[in-house]
Amino acid sequence: MRARQAVGDLAARYRRPPGAPRAVAYLYILPALAVYALFLLFPLGQTVWLSLLHWDGLSAASWAGLENYRDLLTDPALRAPFGHALVLLLFYAGLPVVLGLLLAAVLTRFRVRGMTFFRTVFFLPQVLAMVVVGVTWRSILAPDGLLNDLLRAVGADSLTRSWLGDPTWALPSVGVVGTWVMTGLCVVLFLAGVQRIPRELYEAARVDGAGAVREFRTVTLPGLRGETAVALTLTIVAGLRNFDLIYITTSGGPGNATSVPAYEVYRRAFEINSAGSAAAMGVGLTVLIFTLTVVVARLVEGRKS
Amino acid sequence: MTTRAERLLTYGILALFTVISLTPVVGILSSAFGDRATTDAGFSWPDALHWGNFAEAWTRGHFATYLGNSLLVVAAVVTVTTVLSVLAAYAFGVMRFPGSTVLFYLFVLGLTLPQEAVVVPLYFDLRYWGLTDTYWALILPQTAQSLAFGVFWLRTYFRNSSRAVIEAARIDGATSWTVLWRVLVPMGRPALSTMVVIVFMWTWNEFLLALVMVSDEAHRTVPLGLAFFQGQHSSDTALLAAASVLIALPVVVVYIALQRRFIEGMLSGATKE
Repeated sequence: MRARQAVGDLAARYRRPPGAPRAVAYLYILPALAVYALFLLFPLGQTVWLSLLHWDGLSAASWAGLENYRDLLTDPALRAPFGHALVLLLFYAGLPVVLGLLLAAVLTRFRVRGMTFFRTVFFLPQVLAMVVVGVTWRSILAPDGLLNDLLRAVGADSLTRSWLGDPTWALPSVGVVGTWVMTGLCVVLFLAGVQRIPRELYEAARVDGAGAVREFRTVTLPGLRGETAVALTLTIVAGLRNFDLIYITTSGGPGNATSVPAYEVYRRAFEINSAGSAAAMGVGLTVLIFTLTVVVARLVEGRKS
Repeated sequence: MTTRAERLLTYGILALFTVISLTPVVGILSSAFGDRATTDAGFSWPDALHWGNFAEAWTRGHFATYLGNSLLVVAAVVTVTTVLSVLAAYAFGVMRFPGSTVLFYLFVLGLTLPQEAVVVPLYFDLRYWGLTDTYWALILPQTAQSLAFGVFWLRTYFRNSSRAVIEAARIDGATSWTVLWRVLVPMGRPALSTMVVIVFMWTWNEFLLALVMVSDEAHRTVPLGLAFFQGQHSSDTALLAAASVLIALPVVVVYIALQRRFIEGMLSGATKE
């Protein structure tokens, strides 16, 4: 008995992670933590502090308390960007996930050849710099750009317009660019997921006489629950961090039709010298991102049980 | 059994998605090789390949300088991120110590944190330290942001690395330092290369930080250069397209060579424990 315990102790000692004194772990973490704390955590704390002040970036700051946050909730000019961001999420997250699921559903029926090629092409927009994407789409959506050329070619001249200069159409136009960027990511994610669903489930569904629609609802959709959560999280985060695209294509215009929190933080801090209000906007954006990612995670877990 | 019609439909849908994905890319390529004399921003096949646009964009847009800056910043961020992430992720992955969970979640926080939440005070801090308009202003914050991914990604690798190998090395008398650099890092080349290409891409494409931190031309990176180029030559579609192609090319080449690594890395950010 004792001998066995001794052997067990010995085995436990060797099963222990390497590194003689445990304190050595802190030494390994220290350099990364120092850089991370100094250039990310510390400024994050400062943003929260700054959001409680009125400050123009030059003269002495004055205490604002929660005023910046109150303005965020009551001032229409500050509320509008959040509204725009939610509309854009339909294009950045909603549409790509739906399109991705539909495509994945079609592709469950048999093995497609050339999958590597399709995957590489669909995912391509993800690796292009958003600045390049913005410049490209700005020329496509220009008055004499590709989109209007196509519309004229099919005789729909009445539909042509300056897509990014039109107060009604600018926001959906920017949204479509987001759909173009994000759909490939969702498709690739769902295609990988579909391959992991056991074939027997599909066979069983077919034996039961399930059509394509019921097969999708009872097998594909539940099988892709995890992937759906990942897709929603990635697209929501990307959709709310869309500064580059807005800056390049519309700069928030026309008027403030396409201003979003990410852009508004920059504009307030560095163009109209309202650092406190910019910081409050930054905190608001962060809270929105964390809330939505937690909601997505909860929705997925909740349905599982 | 799948019918012929079903197969045709599937390939038809795939082809449609391919066309939609590639149209803007082909459009920009055709403009880049197009004749600068035509002012139309639309889609027209170039009558000949006008390579001159690239040379023109290269010199007029000062892209030689910007590419040099980008390369320097990317090299520094990738190197420092890799070394620091390896060290920290090793501790998180194979050692047990008080506070490890809290510290790890502190790093994971950075995966979803928007840059907009830190960029305002970061600018004023770096200006106070006299670091704006230097490479440091681009390297240090981007390293901090990349560490979130590096630590998260490599910890998974260390956690899944073979216990038996670590134990064998330990019994041979290897210290934790030797185990890491002689055994685990060489074995982890696939995981490390995924991390390297992702950090390379993020740093190469980074725009907001460069816009805020750099006001002099000498430190501009390529995305910032393109934005300014657009401001000056917005009607010159061919030059603008050529400049865009020059910027996108390095990442796209690496992506085509290592697409599996890119996809694996970029989809990992949201996976949970």
